[in-house]
Amino acid sequence: MLKQKRPVFLNLWQIQFPVTAIMSIMHRLTGVLLLLAIPFFIYALQLSLESETGFKAVFQFFDSAVIKLGMVLLIWSLLHHLLAGVRYLLLDIDMGIERQQAKVTAWLVIISAFVLVLLLVGVCL
Amino acid sequence: MSGVLSGLNAWVLQRASAVYLLLFIIIMPTSILYLEIDNFNAWKSFVLSPFVAVSWILFFVSLLAHAWVGIRDVVIDYIHPFSIRLVLLSLIALYLIAMMIWALRFLLLHVGVGA
Repeated sequence: MLKQKRPVFLNLWQIQFPVTAIMSIMHRLTGVLLLLAIPFFIYALQLSLESETGFKAVFQFFDSAVIKLGMVLLIWSLLHHLLAGVRYLLLDIDMGIERQQAKVTAWLVIISAFVLVLLLVGVCL
Repeated sequence: MSGVLSGLNAWVLQRASAVYLLLFIIIMPTSILYLEIDNFNAWKSFVLSPFVAVSWILFFVSLLAHAWVGIRDVVIDYIHPFSIRLVLLSLIALYLIAMMIWALRFLLLHVGVGA
């Protein structure tokens, strides 16, 4: 195979990523985060179905500010992951495939996830 | 590293599970709010009613499939040494299988007992 010496520039602090790439990286990061959250979710579900005390314990667990903050992070992750995922599903059927449209929808995903999580926090407070 | 869960199969599985997860994540919380489930007994009889319990089981199965295809892509993209990749993927597979057995076990156990 022909191997040419080509310049490689991979300084992550200086490369400018297009918004679609940033959204894509966030889709991956949030996916990993959600993967790590699975045992906590299953434990909470199990506890809530086990007994009256367990059910109440799950709610008491959310009294702590740190846990609430963690939940906000996870819900944001879920929202971003879902919205970006819907965008990918639409891309699969050739919707929003044009470069300009793809950029707009990437922004839409990022902004909507933040707006939705803020709305949710507002409703819950 | 090619098998049943790679290539087009993985691609289709990723999309199909994504659609189920999406629908579940929208419909489940909406139903809980709509039915005003706010206490233990209502919650338990809701989750463990046959239809809802099966939808939860399908949720966990979809989650397993979806998470596996996704994390496998991420590991293959960023972890290049073959041995580290193999160990990491094996650990993740064990983790996901353990999670699913845990979730399905208590769901199935409870369904048998009833609310």
